[in-house]
Amino acid sequence: MQPLLEVKNLCVEFAMRSQVLRALRDVSFTIGKGERLGLVGESGAGKTLTGFSILNLISKPGYISGGSILFEGRDLAELTIEQIRDIRGNRISMIFQDPMMTLNPVLTIRTQMVETIKAHQKISDKEAEKIALDKLQRVYIPSPEKRLDQYPHELSGGMRQRIVIAISLLTNPGLIIADEPTTALDVTIQAEIMDLLLELCRDEDMGLLLITHDLAVVSEVTQKIAVMYAGRIVEMGPTRDVVDHPEHPYTRGLIAALPQSCDQGQRLLQIPGIMPSLANLPSGCSFHPRCELCQDICKREVPVLETKASGRHVACFMVK
Amino acid sequence: MAEQTNDTPLLQVRNVTKHFDISGGLLDQLKWKEGKMRRVRTLVKAVNGVTFRILPGETLSVVGESGCGKSTLGRAIMRIHRPTSGEVIYRGKRVDNLSSHDMKPYRRKMQMVFQDPYASLNPRMTVRQILEEPVRFHNPGMSRDEVKEHVLHTLKQVGLDPDWNNQFPHEFSGGQRQRISIARALVLDPEFIVADEPIAALDVSIQAQILNLLMDMQQKRDLTYLFISHDLSVVEHISTRVAVMYLGHLCEVAPVKEIFNNPKHPYTQALLSAIPRLGGKKKSHIRLGGDVPTPINLPSGCVFHGRCRFADERCRQEMPPIVEHATGRVACHAVEEERI
Repeated sequence: MQPLLEVKNLCVEFAMRSQVLRALRDVSFTIGKGERLGLVGESGAGKTLTGFSILNLISKPGYISGGSILFEGRDLAELTIEQIRDIRGNRISMIFQDPMMTLNPVLTIRTQMVETIKAHQKISDKEAEKIALDKLQRVYIPSPEKRLDQYPHELSGGMRQRIVIAISLLTNPGLIIADEPTTALDVTIQAEIMDLLLELCRDEDMGLLLITHDLAVVSEVTQKIAVMYAGRIVEMGPTRDVVDHPEHPYTRGLIAALPQSCDQGQRLLQIPGIMPSLANLPSGCSFHPRCELCQDICKREVPVLETKASGRHVACFMVK
Repeated sequence: MAEQTNDTPLLQVRNVTKHFDISGGLLDQLKWKEGKMRRVRTLVKAVNGVTFRILPGETLSVVGESGCGKSTLGRAIMRIHRPTSGEVIYRGKRVDNLSSHDMKPYRRKMQMVFQDPYASLNPRMTVRQILEEPVRFHNPGMSRDEVKEHVLHTLKQVGLDPDWNNQFPHEFSGGQRQRISIARALVLDPEFIVADEPIAALDVSIQAQILNLLMDMQQKRDLTYLFISHDLSVVEHISTRVAVMYLGHLCEVAPVKEIFNNPKHPYTQALLSAIPRLGGKKKSHIRLGGDVPTPINLPSGCVFHGRCRFADERCRQEMPPIVEHATGRVACHAVEEERI
């Protein structure tokens, strides 16, 4: 069966004055209908950029330099701006980190919701409002009629993010890209928003690409996980397997560095050093200067993401 | 120092309250009320009657959601804000009402590490200048070479190459900058450090490095920490005791094991159930209805009653005092009446 979204060898570059920065290199993954994939990594690993390039939201000097993004039979990387507008916010919706920045502060919730529907469907204001009310109820917003006339600043952070989710649902998309949807929120609100996203994806059979730095959040919500480091996916597999038995040295380090993985008061395992900057990537495997398993081959050649004996996809020479 | 035993608290916070006046100028304060012009003041009640103590060598973590007053509490203890009322007692001496001059000897004993290492380091000073300034200020008699040596020694201790001492903060990564901030706090050889979300702005693998550094320094230098954080799994890892705050009030204080295994206050229970756990075993979260009320108009009675599953008439009317239990202190009528 054809997956909902198939990203193949996606490469994104930024043409700077003195050099070309290779921000994404050979990123490949698939999301089936109703499947939830978590993309994790530290800041600068390229996870947000991956989400953005799916909807062609990369601004200059960045551009997609190779690969394809197949969604419902079309290659999104090939579409013109007009054609991709048809998909953005319609078949694929995006939820961003800070709901205060995503919602327009000078428009009521009603205007913002009706506007979104009417951008994609030819229907009357009345009908659009009915859909809006329906979706607000869907995300458990108390007294939705009242909310329609309110402005974003009148609502709390958690409520705003619910509205953003309601807006993303308006056109019944097949895929939602959620970029750090709860990072700006408190833990109790985070738990509610994640429960909601999970419920919606299950009920509506929607695909979810969850971009986050928080491994614990990903492990609660997604079925598959892809770990990114310096513009590449270094490990991909079923969430439980990856979290319980990480194979790539970076994933192993990342999980071992979490306070939850060690005994109380013990020293945490730490990965030495920091992620290299894109302008200054090491030769061979980008992780080799921080890796304890590093051999000569790691410094010379770039490992590709390949299926290992366990069925896991890992980009490392040292993992058999 | 010699007579200090482990039971004498290093720091006592008694009934500390901090209110901020946000009513603006006189003209902004004038409002019509019942046909008369009245002067109305608007107060943000950030911290309300918080009492606890910190024993030497322990790490007391203050947790709570944004806006609960945990940072204000830390700053009130450090005298960055003067508390509206209440007492802060350091080694038996009241310090909250001292003049800046009398406060000076305590400043070297109490230091602070801030959340954002991009904002807390002066971008126009080199690392050496940043670290030398406090040493010179507090030790006017020290020779230039002694100061330099002391600074380089501290840099080495926090894991930075002393050769970098002439560089500016922007030349460092986030984790390295936080090391500089920690070095600045340690350079005066303090006993007590308030760390206000010291790792919140950092990436996971860097967080582990900084946490390890904080724990190492505590062991080497016998430090006492007040650790302010919203990240509960970090708090579980490094604390001796945990204090939970909600809307400027203390809900519960207990040893870390006790609070994570057997939380008593309904808010603590909800907060802990919301921690995402590695391993994907999705347990049910306790849902809190509604939103956090504003600290300008505090609810009557228990401040948590509007969102609490166990609230009854008494909770709506009467503010629960914080009561000593076998394992800790809890401010809740339902716990007191053994309804939970």
